[in-house]
Amino acid sequence: MTRRVNLPGFAGYHLIGTVLALSFIAPLAWAFLSSLKPAAEARLPPLPPWPSGAVTIENYIALDGYGVGFWNHASNSVIVSLGTVFLTVIISVLGGYGFSRFRFPFKGVFFVMIISTIMIPFQSILTPLFLILSKAGLQNSLTGLILIYVTLQLPFSIFMMRNAFDAVPIEIEEAARVDGASVFTVLTRVMLPLVAPGIVTVAIFAFLAAWNEFLAALIFLTDQEKYTLPVLIVAVRSGRYGSVDWGAVQSGVTVMMIPCVLLFLLLQRYYVRGLTAGAVK
Amino acid sequence: MSQAAPAMKSRRRNGSQRRRERAGLLFVLPAMALVVVFFLIPLCMTVWMSFHNWPLMGSPRWTGLDNYAAMLKDRRFWGAMEFTIWYSIIATIAIFGVAFPLALFVERPGRMTGVYRTAFFLPVVVGFGSASLLWAWFMNVDSGLFSPAAVALGIVDEPVNLMATTEGVFWSIMVLVVWKTAGFSMILLMTGLQSVPHDILEAAHIDGANKFQRFWRIKLPLMRRTLALALILSVAGSMLAFDQFYIISNGGPRNSTLTAVYWIFSQSFVSFKLGYGAALSMVLLVILVVISVVQLWLLRSTTGDAH
Repeated sequence: MTRRVNLPGFAGYHLIGTVLALSFIAPLAWAFLSSLKPAAEARLPPLPPWPSGAVTIENYIALDGYGVGFWNHASNSVIVSLGTVFLTVIISVLGGYGFSRFRFPFKGVFFVMIISTIMIPFQSILTPLFLILSKAGLQNSLTGLILIYVTLQLPFSIFMMRNAFDAVPIEIEEAARVDGASVFTVLTRVMLPLVAPGIVTVAIFAFLAAWNEFLAALIFLTDQEKYTLPVLIVAVRSGRYGSVDWGAVQSGVTVMMIPCVLLFLLLQRYYVRGLTAGAVK
Repeated sequence: MSQAAPAMKSRRRNGSQRRRERAGLLFVLPAMALVVVFFLIPLCMTVWMSFHNWPLMGSPRWTGLDNYAAMLKDRRFWGAMEFTIWYSIIATIAIFGVAFPLALFVERPGRMTGVYRTAFFLPVVVGFGSASLLWAWFMNVDSGLFSPAAVALGIVDEPVNLMATTEGVFWSIMVLVVWKTAGFSMILLMTGLQSVPHDILEAAHIDGANKFQRFWRIKLPLMRRTLALALILSVAGSMLAFDQFYIISNGGPRNSTLTAVYWIFSQSFVSFKLGYGAALSMVLLVILVVISVVQLWLLRSTTGDAH
Protein backbone atom coordinates (compact mmCIF):
# COMPACT_ATOMS: atom_id res chain seq x y z
CA MET A 1 0.00 0.00 0.00
CA THR A 2 1.41 3.37 -0.99
CA ARG A 3 0.92 6.20 1.47
CA ARG A 4 0.51 9.42 -0.40
CA VAL A 5 -1.28 12.42 1.02
CA ASN A 6 -4.36 12.70 -1.10
CA LEU A 7 -5.96 15.91 0.14
CA PRO A 8 -9.18 15.95 -1.98
CA GLY A 9 -9.73 12.27 -1.22
CA PHE A 10 -9.14 12.83 2.49
CA ALA A 11 -11.49 15.82 2.65
CA GLY A 12 -14.13 14.01 0.60
CA TYR A 13 -14.01 10.98 2.88
CA HIS A 14 -14.50 13.04 6.00
CA LEU A 15 -17.17 15.22 4.43
CA ILE A 16 -19.21 12.17 3.46
CA GLY A 17 -18.50 10.58 6.84
CA THR A 18 -19.67 13.61 8.75
CA VAL A 19 -22.87 14.01 6.72
CA LEU A 20 -23.71 10.31 7.06
CA ALA A 21 -22.92 10.25 10.79
CA LEU A 22 -25.12 13.29 11.39
CA SER A 23 -28.00 11.79 9.46
CA PHE A 24 -27.83 8.58 11.51
CA ILE A 25 -27.83 10.54 14.76
CA ALA A 26 -30.43 13.10 13.58
CA PRO A 27 -33.62 11.18 14.51
CA LEU A 28 -32.36 10.67 18.07
CA ALA A 29 -31.25 14.31 18.35
CA TRP A 30 -34.61 15.43 16.96
CA ALA A 31 -36.51 13.66 19.74
CA PHE A 32 -34.23 14.94 22.47
CA LEU A 33 -34.23 18.57 21.31
CA SER A 34 -37.99 18.66 20.68
CA SER A 35 -38.70 17.18 24.09
CA LEU A 36 -37.32 20.39 25.63
CA LYS A 37 -40.03 22.55 24.04
CA PRO A 38 -43.17 23.77 25.84
CA ALA A 39 -46.08 21.34 25.32
CA ALA A 40 -47.95 23.65 22.95
CA GLU A 41 -44.92 24.05 20.72
CA ALA A 42 -44.26 20.28 20.76
CA ARG A 43 -47.51 19.81 18.84
CA LEU A 44 -46.21 21.84 15.90
CA PRO A 45 -43.92 20.34 13.24
CA PRO A 46 -40.39 20.15 14.67
CA LEU A 47 -38.82 22.62 12.26
CA PRO A 48 -36.36 23.50 13.68
CA PRO A 49 -36.13 20.75 16.34
CA TRP A 50 -34.85 22.98 19.16
CA PRO A 51 -37.20 25.11 21.29
CA SER A 52 -37.74 28.64 19.99
CA GLY A 53 -37.68 30.10 23.51
CA ALA A 54 -36.29 28.84 26.79
CA VAL A 55 -35.72 25.16 27.50
CA THR A 56 -38.45 23.59 29.64
CA ILE A 57 -39.09 20.17 31.16
CA GLU A 58 -42.87 20.50 30.78
CA ASN A 59 -43.01 17.41 28.57
CA TYR A 60 -41.19 15.33 31.16
CA ILE A 61 -43.57 16.47 33.87
CA ALA A 62 -46.53 15.64 31.60
CA LEU A 63 -45.20 12.07 31.38
CA ASP A 64 -45.99 11.66 35.07
CA GLY A 65 -49.69 12.05 34.30
CA TYR A 66 -49.85 8.75 32.42
CA GLY A 67 -50.37 5.27 33.82
CA VAL A 68 -49.75 5.21 37.56
CA GLY A 69 -47.04 7.87 37.46
CA PHE A 70 -43.77 7.96 35.64
CA TRP A 71 -41.54 6.80 38.49
CA ASN A 72 -43.50 3.60 39.05
CA HIS A 73 -43.12 2.62 35.43
CA ALA A 74 -39.48 3.66 35.30
CA SER A 75 -38.78 1.55 38.37
CA ASN A 76 -40.64 -1.40 36.78
CA SER A 77 -38.30 -1.11 33.81
CA VAL A 78 -35.24 -0.80 36.04
CA ILE A 79 -36.28 -3.80 38.15
CA VAL A 80 -36.91 -5.95 35.09
CA SER A 81 -33.66 -4.91 33.39
CA LEU A 82 -31.37 -5.20 36.41
CA GLY A 83 -33.08 -8.42 37.50
CA THR A 84 -32.49 -9.87 34.05
CA VAL A 85 -28.84 -8.75 34.08
CA PHE A 86 -28.23 -10.16 37.56
CA LEU A 87 -29.80 -13.58 36.93
CA THR A 88 -28.37 -13.92 33.43
CA VAL A 89 -24.86 -13.24 34.68
CA ILE A 90 -25.09 -15.69 37.60
CA ILE A 91 -26.68 -18.49 35.59
CA SER A 92 -24.40 -18.10 32.58
CA VAL A 93 -21.22 -17.86 34.69
CA LEU A 94 -22.16 -21.09 36.47
CA GLY A 95 -23.25 -22.77 33.25
CA GLY A 96 -20.30 -21.53 31.23
CA TYR A 97 -17.89 -22.77 33.89
CA GLY A 98 -19.65 -26.13 34.07
CA PHE A 99 -19.56 -26.63 30.30
CA SER A 100 -15.97 -25.43 30.02
CA ARG A 101 -14.21 -27.26 32.84
CA PHE A 102 -16.20 -30.31 33.87
CA ARG A 103 -17.00 -33.65 32.40
CA PHE A 104 -20.43 -35.13 33.12
CA PRO A 105 -23.02 -37.33 31.42
CA PHE A 106 -25.05 -35.72 28.58
CA LYS A 107 -22.81 -32.65 28.61
CA GLY A 108 -22.81 -32.33 24.82
CA VAL A 109 -26.55 -32.88 24.55
CA PHE A 110 -27.28 -30.27 27.22
CA PHE A 111 -25.04 -27.72 25.57
CA VAL A 112 -26.58 -28.21 22.13
CA MET A 113 -30.04 -28.05 23.71
CA ILE A 114 -29.36 -24.65 25.24
CA ILE A 115 -27.63 -23.20 22.19
CA SER A 116 -30.18 -24.46 19.69
CA THR A 117 -33.05 -22.59 21.37
CA ILE A 118 -31.70 -19.57 19.51
CA MET A 119 -33.09 -21.09 16.30
CA ILE A 120 -36.65 -21.09 17.55
CA PRO A 121 -38.38 -17.72 17.71
CA PHE A 122 -39.90 -17.07 21.12
CA GLN A 123 -42.79 -15.40 19.29
CA SER A 124 -44.00 -18.88 18.36
CA ILE A 125 -44.21 -20.15 21.96
CA LEU A 126 -46.01 -17.15 23.44
CA THR A 127 -49.34 -18.90 24.01
CA PRO A 128 -47.99 -21.79 26.10
CA LEU A 129 -45.68 -19.39 27.97
CA PHE A 130 -48.76 -17.40 28.87
CA LEU A 131 -50.42 -20.55 30.27
CA ILE A 132 -47.30 -21.66 32.15
CA LEU A 133 -46.88 -18.25 33.76
CA SER A 134 -50.58 -18.23 34.73
CA LYS A 135 -50.29 -21.69 36.31
CA ALA A 136 -47.20 -20.64 38.24
CA GLY A 137 -48.89 -17.45 39.41
CA LEU A 138 -46.27 -15.45 37.54
CA GLN A 139 -48.53 -13.95 34.93
CA ASN A 140 -48.80 -10.17 35.27
CA SER A 141 -45.65 -10.20 37.40
CA LEU A 142 -42.26 -8.64 36.80
CA THR A 143 -40.62 -11.83 38.09
CA GLY A 144 -42.27 -13.87 35.35
CA LEU A 145 -41.07 -11.43 32.74
CA ILE A 146 -37.53 -11.54 34.13
CA LEU A 147 -37.45 -15.35 33.98
CA ILE A 148 -38.52 -15.27 30.33
CA TYR A 149 -35.96 -12.62 29.43
CA VAL A 150 -33.21 -14.59 31.17
CA THR A 151 -34.15 -17.74 29.27
CA LEU A 152 -34.01 -15.84 25.99
CA GLN A 153 -30.52 -14.54 26.84
CA LEU A 154 -29.14 -17.96 27.81
CA PRO A 155 -27.98 -19.37 24.46
CA PHE A 156 -25.85 -16.30 23.71
CA SER A 157 -24.67 -15.85 27.31
CA ILE A 158 -23.74 -19.48 27.96
CA PHE A 159 -21.86 -19.57 24.66
CA MET A 160 -19.98 -16.36 25.56
CA MET A 161 -19.10 -17.50 29.08
CA ARG A 162 -18.00 -20.97 28.01
CA ASN A 163 -15.62 -19.37 25.51
CA ALA A 164 -14.39 -16.97 28.19
CA PHE A 165 -13.60 -19.84 30.56
CA ASP A 166 -12.05 -21.87 27.74
CA ALA A 167 -9.60 -19.03 27.16
CA VAL A 168 -8.23 -19.19 30.72
CA PRO A 169 -5.17 -21.47 30.94
CA ILE A 170 -5.95 -24.65 32.87
CA GLU A 171 -2.69 -24.33 34.85
CA ILE A 172 -3.95 -21.30 36.77
CA GLU A 173 -6.93 -23.27 38.02
CA GLU A 174 -4.93 -26.38 38.82
CA ALA A 175 -2.44 -24.39 40.87
CA ALA A 176 -5.30 -23.07 42.99
CA ARG A 177 -6.75 -26.55 43.35
CA VAL A 178 -3.43 -28.01 44.46
CA ASP A 179 -3.31 -25.32 47.11
CA GLY A 180 -6.53 -26.80 48.46
CA ALA A 181 -9.12 -24.32 47.19
CA SER A 182 -12.64 -25.71 46.82
CA VAL A 183 -14.43 -25.78 43.46
CA PHE A 184 -16.49 -22.77 44.45
CA THR A 185 -13.50 -20.79 45.73
CA VAL A 186 -11.64 -21.48 42.49
CA LEU A 187 -14.58 -20.08 40.54
CA THR A 188 -15.23 -16.97 42.61
CA ARG A 189 -11.69 -16.01 43.65
CA VAL A 190 -9.53 -17.19 40.78
CA MET A 191 -11.64 -17.47 37.64
CA LEU A 192 -14.15 -14.65 38.02
CA PRO A 193 -11.67 -11.77 37.65
CA LEU A 194 -10.21 -13.45 34.57
CA VAL A 195 -13.55 -13.73 32.75
CA ALA A 196 -14.75 -10.25 33.76
CA PRO A 197 -14.75 -8.91 30.17
CA GLY A 198 -17.07 -11.74 29.12
CA ILE A 199 -19.36 -10.92 32.03
CA VAL A 200 -19.55 -7.27 30.96
CA THR A 201 -20.52 -8.35 27.43
CA VAL A 202 -23.22 -10.70 28.71
CA ALA A 203 -24.54 -8.00 31.06
CA ILE A 204 -24.81 -5.33 28.34
CA PHE A 205 -26.72 -7.62 26.00
CA ALA A 206 -29.05 -8.69 28.80
CA PHE A 207 -29.71 -5.09 29.85
CA LEU A 208 -30.47 -3.80 26.36
CA ALA A 209 -32.71 -6.77 25.54
CA ALA A 210 -34.75 -6.43 28.74
CA TRP A 211 -34.93 -2.63 28.72
CA ASN A 212 -36.18 -2.51 25.12
CA GLU A 213 -38.39 -5.61 24.92
CA PHE A 214 -41.98 -4.85 23.97
CA LEU A 215 -44.04 -7.85 22.81
CA ALA A 216 -43.69 -10.10 25.87
CA ALA A 217 -44.17 -7.13 28.20
CA LEU A 218 -47.32 -6.19 26.28
CA ILE A 219 -48.77 -9.69 26.57
CA PHE A 220 -47.71 -10.77 30.04
CA LEU A 221 -48.27 -7.54 31.97
CA THR A 222 -52.01 -6.99 32.13
CA ASP A 223 -52.29 -4.49 35.03
CA GLN A 224 -51.42 -0.95 34.15
CA GLU A 225 -49.38 -0.52 37.32
CA LYS A 226 -46.99 -3.24 36.14
CA TYR A 227 -46.28 -1.66 32.73
CA THR A 228 -42.65 -1.19 31.77
CA LEU A 229 -41.65 2.00 29.92
CA PRO A 230 -42.11 0.73 26.33
CA VAL A 231 -45.67 -0.40 27.09
CA LEU A 232 -46.41 2.87 28.91
CA ILE A 233 -45.12 5.15 26.16
CA VAL A 234 -47.02 3.20 23.51
CA ALA A 235 -50.13 3.86 25.60
CA VAL A 236 -49.19 7.57 25.69
CA ARG A 237 -48.92 7.51 21.92
CA SER A 238 -52.41 6.00 21.54
CA GLY A 239 -53.62 9.28 23.00
CA ARG A 240 -56.38 10.35 25.35
CA TYR A 241 -59.76 11.68 24.22
CA GLY A 242 -58.67 11.39 20.61
CA SER A 243 -55.60 13.59 20.84
CA VAL A 244 -51.97 12.61 21.24
CA ASP A 245 -49.58 14.56 23.46
CA TRP A 246 -46.58 14.41 21.13
CA GLY A 247 -44.46 16.29 23.67
CA ALA A 248 -44.93 13.42 26.14
CA VAL A 249 -44.10 10.90 23.42
CA GLN A 250 -40.85 12.78 22.68
CA SER A 251 -39.81 12.95 26.32
CA GLY A 252 -40.79 9.29 26.80
CA VAL A 253 -38.70 8.17 23.84
CA THR A 254 -35.79 10.24 25.12
CA VAL A 255 -35.98 8.62 28.55
CA MET A 256 -36.02 5.18 26.96
CA MET A 257 -33.07 5.82 24.68
CA ILE A 258 -30.67 7.57 27.06
CA PRO A 259 -29.59 4.49 29.07
CA CYS A 260 -29.03 2.50 25.85
CA VAL A 261 -26.97 5.23 24.21
CA LEU A 262 -24.86 5.90 27.32
CA LEU A 263 -24.24 2.23 27.98
CA PHE A 264 -23.16 1.69 24.41
CA LEU A 265 -20.87 4.74 24.27
CA LEU A 266 -19.18 3.75 27.54
CA LEU A 267 -18.84 0.02 26.90
CA GLN A 268 -18.77 -0.14 23.12
CA ARG A 269 -15.71 -2.37 23.08
CA TYR A 270 -17.46 -5.12 25.02
CA TYR A 271 -20.63 -4.83 23.00
CA VAL A 272 -18.96 -5.16 19.63
CA ARG A 273 -16.87 -8.06 20.96
CA GLY A 274 -20.07 -9.91 21.79
CA LEU A 275 -21.50 -9.17 18.39
CA THR A 276 -18.54 -10.49 16.46
CA ALA A 277 -17.87 -13.44 18.79
CA GLY A 278 -21.45 -14.62 18.44
CA ALA A 279 -21.47 -14.06 14.71
CA VAL A 280 -18.14 -15.09 13.31
CA LYS A 281 -17.58 -18.29 15.27
CA MET B 1 -9.22 -32.20 31.78
CA SER B 2 -7.03 -32.91 34.78
CA GLN B 3 -3.61 -33.95 33.60
CA ALA B 4 -2.45 -35.52 36.89
CA ALA B 5 -0.40 -38.70 36.54
CA PRO B 6 -2.71 -41.42 35.16
CA ALA B 7 -0.80 -44.10 37.08
CA MET B 8 -2.23 -42.84 40.35
CA LYS B 9 -5.67 -44.33 39.76
CA SER B 10 -6.72 -44.88 43.35
CA ARG B 11 -10.19 -45.17 44.78
CA ARG B 12 -9.82 -41.70 46.21
CA ARG B 13 -9.27 -40.29 42.77
CA ASN B 14 -12.42 -41.99 41.46
CA GLY B 15 -14.37 -40.44 44.31
CA SER B 16 -13.08 -36.98 43.53
CA GLN B 17 -13.88 -37.52 39.88
CA ARG B 18 -17.46 -38.34 40.76
CA ARG B 19 -17.58 -35.26 42.93
CA ARG B 20 -16.41 -33.16 40.00
CA GLU B 21 -19.05 -34.77 37.76
CA ARG B 22 -21.70 -33.83 40.27
CA ALA B 23 -20.30 -30.31 40.55
CA GLY B 24 -20.40 -29.89 36.78
CA LEU B 25 -24.03 -31.00 36.65
CA LEU B 26 -24.93 -28.63 39.46
CA PHE B 27 -23.28 -25.74 37.63
CA VAL B 28 -25.34 -26.22 34.48
CA LEU B 29 -28.53 -27.12 36.35
CA PRO B 30 -30.05 -23.60 36.65
CA ALA B 31 -29.57 -22.93 32.94
CA MET B 32 -31.04 -26.31 32.00
CA ALA B 33 -34.01 -25.81 34.33
CA LEU B 34 -34.90 -22.47 32.74
CA VAL B 35 -34.51 -23.77 29.21
CA VAL B 36 -36.69 -26.80 29.97
CA VAL B 37 -39.45 -24.88 31.76
CA PHE B 38 -39.56 -21.77 29.59
CA PHE B 39 -38.55 -23.21 26.25
CA LEU B 40 -38.76 -26.97 25.73
CA ILE B 41 -42.04 -27.51 27.55
CA PRO B 42 -43.71 -24.51 25.82
CA LEU B 43 -42.38 -25.79 22.51
CA CYS B 44 -44.04 -29.18 23.01
CA MET B 45 -47.17 -27.46 24.30
CA THR B 46 -47.43 -25.40 21.12
CA VAL B 47 -47.70 -28.61 19.12
CA TRP B 48 -50.20 -30.09 21.59
CA MET B 49 -52.34 -26.95 21.79
CA SER B 50 -52.51 -26.64 18.03
CA PHE B 51 -54.76 -29.74 17.96
CA HIS B 52 -57.24 -28.22 20.42
CA ASN B 53 -59.93 -25.66 20.70
CA TRP B 54 -58.31 -23.88 23.63
CA PRO B 55 -60.25 -20.96 25.10
CA LEU B 56 -58.79 -18.70 27.81
CA MET B 57 -61.49 -19.80 30.27
CA GLY B 58 -63.06 -23.27 30.33
CA SER B 59 -61.51 -26.53 29.32
CA PRO B 60 -59.76 -27.24 26.03
CA ARG B 61 -61.32 -29.67 23.58
CA TRP B 62 -59.44 -31.97 21.19
CA THR B 63 -60.31 -30.99 17.62
CA GLY B 64 -57.69 -32.85 15.65
CA LEU B 65 -56.65 -30.99 12.53
CA ASP B 66 -59.52 -28.47 12.63
CA ASN B 67 -57.23 -25.55 13.42
CA TYR B 68 -55.01 -26.40 10.49
CA ALA B 69 -58.02 -26.76 8.18
CA ALA B 70 -59.29 -23.37 9.36
CA MET B 71 -55.84 -21.92 8.83
CA LEU B 72 -55.79 -23.01 5.20
CA LYS B 73 -58.94 -20.96 4.66
CA ASP B 74 -57.74 -18.00 6.71
CA ARG B 75 -57.28 -15.35 4.03
CA ARG B 76 -56.03 -12.77 6.48
CA PHE B 77 -53.31 -15.10 7.78
CA TRP B 78 -52.00 -15.87 4.31
CA GLY B 79 -52.26 -12.21 3.42
CA ALA B 80 -50.17 -11.42 6.49
CA MET B 81 -47.72 -14.18 5.57
CA GLU B 82 -47.35 -12.87 2.06
CA PHE B 83 -46.89 -9.33 3.32
CA THR B 84 -44.25 -10.50 5.81
CA ILE B 85 -42.30 -12.36 3.14
CA TRP B 86 -42.35 -9.37 0.79
CA TYR B 87 -41.37 -7.10 3.62
CA SER B 88 -38.47 -9.41 4.56
CA ILE B 89 -37.13 -9.59 1.02
CA ILE B 90 -37.30 -5.84 0.41
CA ALA B 91 -35.97 -4.98 3.87
CA THR B 92 -33.02 -7.34 3.45
CA ILE B 93 -32.12 -5.87 0.07
CA ALA B 94 -32.46 -2.32 1.41
CA ILE B 95 -30.44 -3.05 4.55
CA PHE B 96 -27.65 -4.61 2.49
CA GLY B 97 -27.75 -1.80 -0.02
CA VAL B 98 -26.91 0.57 2.82
CA ALA B 99 -24.85 -1.67 5.11
CA PHE B 100 -22.35 -2.87 2.51
CA PRO B 101 -21.20 0.59 1.40
CA LEU B 102 -21.05 1.59 5.07
CA ALA B 103 -18.90 -1.46 5.87
CA LEU B 104 -16.48 -0.54 3.09
CA PHE B 105 -16.50 3.03 4.37
CA VAL B 106 -15.60 2.18 7.98
CA GLU B 107 -13.31 -0.77 7.26
CA ARG B 108 -10.08 1.26 7.38
CA PRO B 109 -8.49 2.17 10.72
CA GLY B 110 -8.44 5.72 12.02
CA ARG B 111 -9.84 7.70 14.92
CA MET B 112 -12.52 9.52 12.91
CA THR B 113 -13.50 6.28 11.19
CA GLY B 114 -14.20 4.89 14.66
CA VAL B 115 -16.46 7.85 15.36
CA TYR B 116 -18.39 7.29 12.13
CA ARG B 117 -18.72 3.60 12.96
CA THR B 118 -20.17 4.46 16.37
CA ALA B 119 -22.64 6.93 14.83
CA PHE B 120 -23.87 4.42 12.23
CA PHE B 121 -24.28 1.79 14.91
CA LEU B 122 -26.04 3.95 17.51
CA PRO B 123 -29.63 3.32 16.28
CA VAL B 124 -29.09 -0.44 16.77
CA VAL B 125 -28.93 -0.14 20.55
CA VAL B 126 -32.10 1.94 20.75
CA GLY B 127 -35.07 -0.39 21.09
CA PHE B 128 -37.51 -1.08 18.27
CA GLY B 129 -40.23 0.24 20.55
CA SER B 130 -38.55 3.63 20.99
CA ALA B 131 -37.61 3.85 17.32
CA SER B 132 -41.17 3.03 16.25
CA LEU B 133 -42.62 5.68 18.58
CA LEU B 134 -40.19 8.16 17.10
CA TRP B 135 -41.34 7.28 13.59
CA ALA B 136 -45.02 7.42 14.55
CA TRP B 137 -44.35 11.03 15.48
CA PHE B 138 -42.29 11.80 12.36
CA MET B 139 -45.04 10.34 10.16
CA ASN B 140 -47.84 12.36 11.73
CA VAL B 141 -49.21 14.74 9.16
CA ASP B 142 -49.79 17.73 11.46
CA SER B 143 -47.20 17.44 14.22
CA GLY B 144 -44.60 15.28 12.53
CA LEU B 145 -41.51 15.82 10.48
CA PHE B 146 -41.72 14.06 7.11
CA SER B 147 -44.73 15.74 5.55
CA PRO B 148 -44.09 19.28 6.91
CA ALA B 149 -40.43 19.07 5.88
CA ALA B 150 -41.37 17.92 2.37
CA VAL B 151 -43.81 20.83 2.08
CA ALA B 152 -41.22 23.31 3.41
CA LEU B 153 -38.62 22.05 0.94
CA GLY B 154 -41.09 22.30 -1.92
CA ILE B 155 -40.97 18.56 -2.70
CA VAL B 156 -44.77 18.38 -2.44
CA ASP B 157 -47.41 21.10 -2.57
CA GLU B 158 -49.96 19.58 -0.22
CA PRO B 159 -49.35 17.82 3.12
CA VAL B 160 -49.11 14.04 2.63
CA ASN B 161 -50.68 11.77 5.23
CA LEU B 162 -48.25 8.86 5.23
CA MET B 163 -50.47 6.88 7.61
CA ALA B 164 -53.39 6.88 5.16
CA THR B 165 -51.89 4.68 2.45
CA THR B 166 -50.27 1.25 2.45
CA GLU B 167 -47.35 2.63 0.43
CA GLY B 168 -46.86 5.52 2.85
CA VAL B 169 -46.76 3.18 5.85
CA PHE B 170 -44.64 0.54 4.13
CA TRP B 171 -41.89 2.81 2.84
CA SER B 172 -41.76 4.93 5.97
CA ILE B 173 -41.27 1.78 8.03
CA MET B 174 -38.68 0.62 5.50
CA VAL B 175 -36.67 3.78 6.14
CA LEU B 176 -37.01 3.17 9.87
CA VAL B 177 -35.81 -0.42 9.60
CA VAL B 178 -32.82 0.47 7.45
CA TRP B 179 -31.84 3.32 9.78
CA LYS B 180 -32.31 1.11 12.85
CA THR B 181 -30.56 -2.09 11.68
CA ALA B 182 -28.05 -1.22 8.93
CA GLY B 183 -25.36 -0.63 11.59
CA PHE B 184 -25.69 -4.22 12.77
CA SER B 185 -25.13 -5.72 9.32
CA MET B 186 -22.37 -3.17 8.78
CA ILE B 187 -20.37 -4.47 11.76
CA LEU B 188 -20.77 -8.09 10.63
CA LEU B 189 -19.73 -7.28 7.06
CA MET B 190 -16.82 -5.16 8.30
CA THR B 191 -15.56 -8.07 10.38
CA GLY B 192 -15.82 -10.24 7.29
CA LEU B 193 -13.90 -7.75 5.16
CA GLN B 194 -11.19 -7.41 7.79
CA SER B 195 -10.80 -11.16 8.13
CA VAL B 196 -9.57 -11.49 4.54
CA PRO B 197 -5.84 -12.23 4.89
CA HIS B 198 -3.70 -9.24 4.02
CA ASP B 199 -0.99 -11.20 2.20
CA ILE B 200 -3.52 -12.55 -0.32
CA LEU B 201 -4.61 -9.01 -1.17
CA GLU B 202 -1.00 -7.90 -1.31
CA ALA B 203 -0.13 -10.76 -3.67
CA ALA B 204 -3.07 -9.91 -5.94
CA HIS B 205 -1.98 -6.29 -5.91
CA ILE B 206 1.51 -7.27 -7.02
CA ASP B 207 0.03 -9.50 -9.72
CA GLY B 208 -1.69 -6.40 -11.08
CA ALA B 209 -5.26 -6.83 -9.82
CA ASN B 210 -6.92 -3.43 -9.46
CA LYS B 211 -9.08 -2.31 -6.54
CA PHE B 212 -12.29 -3.42 -8.22
CA GLN B 213 -10.94 -6.89 -9.07
CA ARG B 214 -9.50 -7.32 -5.59
CA PHE B 215 -12.96 -6.64 -4.16
CA TRP B 216 -15.03 -8.83 -6.51
CA ARG B 217 -12.58 -11.66 -7.08
CA ILE B 218 -10.94 -11.96 -3.69
CA LYS B 219 -12.65 -10.20 -0.81
CA LEU B 220 -16.23 -11.08 -1.72
CA PRO B 221 -15.66 -14.82 -2.27
CA LEU B 222 -13.51 -15.10 0.86
CA MET B 223 -16.11 -13.46 3.08
CA ARG B 224 -19.12 -15.36 1.84
CA ARG B 225 -19.58 -17.06 5.20
CA THR B 226 -20.10 -13.68 6.86
CA LEU B 227 -22.23 -12.60 3.94
CA ALA B 228 -24.51 -15.61 4.31
CA LEU B 229 -24.77 -15.08 8.04
CA ALA B 230 -25.66 -11.39 7.74
CA LEU B 231 -28.27 -12.17 5.07
CA ILE B 232 -29.91 -14.93 7.08
CA LEU B 233 -29.98 -12.88 10.28
CA SER B 234 -31.64 -10.05 8.41
CA VAL B 235 -34.26 -12.32 6.82
CA ALA B 236 -34.99 -14.13 10.09
CA GLY B 237 -35.29 -10.84 11.98
CA SER B 238 -37.65 -9.36 9.38
CA MET B 239 -39.87 -12.46 9.35
CA LEU B 240 -40.57 -11.79 13.04
CA ALA B 241 -41.42 -8.10 12.61
CA PHE B 242 -44.06 -6.91 15.05
CA ASP B 243 -43.21 -3.82 17.15
CA GLN B 244 -43.01 -1.31 14.31
CA PHE B 245 -46.27 -2.42 12.68
CA TYR B 246 -48.17 -2.64 15.95
CA ILE B 247 -46.94 0.71 17.22
CA ILE B 248 -46.93 2.75 14.02
CA SER B 249 -49.74 1.49 11.83
CA ASN B 250 -51.75 -0.98 13.94
CA GLY B 251 -51.55 -3.23 10.90
CA GLY B 252 -53.44 -0.64 8.86
CA PRO B 253 -54.66 0.96 6.76
CA ARG B 254 -57.37 -1.69 6.34
CA ASN B 255 -55.14 -4.51 7.67
CA SER B 256 -52.78 -4.11 4.73
CA THR B 257 -49.66 -4.09 6.91
CA LEU B 258 -50.47 -7.01 9.20
CA THR B 259 -47.42 -9.21 9.77
CA ALA B 260 -47.42 -12.91 10.66
CA VAL B 261 -46.47 -12.32 14.31
CA TYR B 262 -49.09 -9.56 14.52
CA TRP B 263 -51.85 -11.91 13.32
CA ILE B 264 -50.74 -14.66 15.71
CA PHE B 265 -50.72 -12.09 18.51
CA SER B 266 -54.20 -10.85 17.73
CA GLN B 267 -55.68 -14.35 17.34
CA SER B 268 -54.08 -15.54 20.59
CA PHE B 269 -54.28 -12.51 22.83
CA VAL B 270 -57.04 -10.32 21.45
CA SER B 271 -59.51 -12.98 20.29
CA PHE B 272 -58.11 -15.49 22.83
CA LYS B 273 -58.21 -18.42 20.42
CA LEU B 274 -55.13 -19.97 21.99
CA GLY B 275 -55.31 -23.27 20.11
CA TYR B 276 -55.67 -21.55 16.78
CA GLY B 277 -52.85 -19.17 17.67
CA ALA B 278 -50.65 -22.20 18.40
CA ALA B 279 -51.44 -23.70 14.99
CA LEU B 280 -50.47 -20.44 13.32
CA SER B 281 -47.30 -20.36 15.41
CA MET B 282 -46.37 -23.80 14.08
CA VAL B 283 -46.19 -22.39 10.55
CA LEU B 284 -43.95 -19.54 11.67
CA LEU B 285 -41.82 -21.94 13.68
CA VAL B 286 -41.29 -24.29 10.75
CA ILE B 287 -40.33 -21.40 8.45
CA LEU B 288 -37.76 -20.07 10.92
CA VAL B 289 -36.30 -23.47 11.67
CA VAL B 290 -35.88 -24.03 7.93
CA ILE B 291 -34.10 -20.67 7.67
CA SER B 292 -31.80 -21.67 10.55
CA VAL B 293 -31.04 -25.04 9.00
CA VAL B 294 -30.16 -23.34 5.72
CA GLN B 295 -27.91 -21.02 7.70
CA LEU B 296 -26.11 -23.91 9.42
CA TRP B 297 -25.75 -25.70 6.13
CA LEU B 298 -24.32 -22.63 4.40
CA LEU B 299 -21.91 -22.00 7.24
CA ARG B 300 -20.75 -25.59 7.34
CA SER B 301 -20.36 -26.18 3.60
CA THR B 302 -18.17 -23.12 3.22
CA THR B 303 -16.04 -23.57 6.31
CA GLY B 304 -12.33 -23.10 5.71
CA ASP B 305 -12.68 -22.67 1.97
CA ALA B 306 -9.79 -20.23 1.73
CA HIS B 307 -8.48 -22.17 -1.31
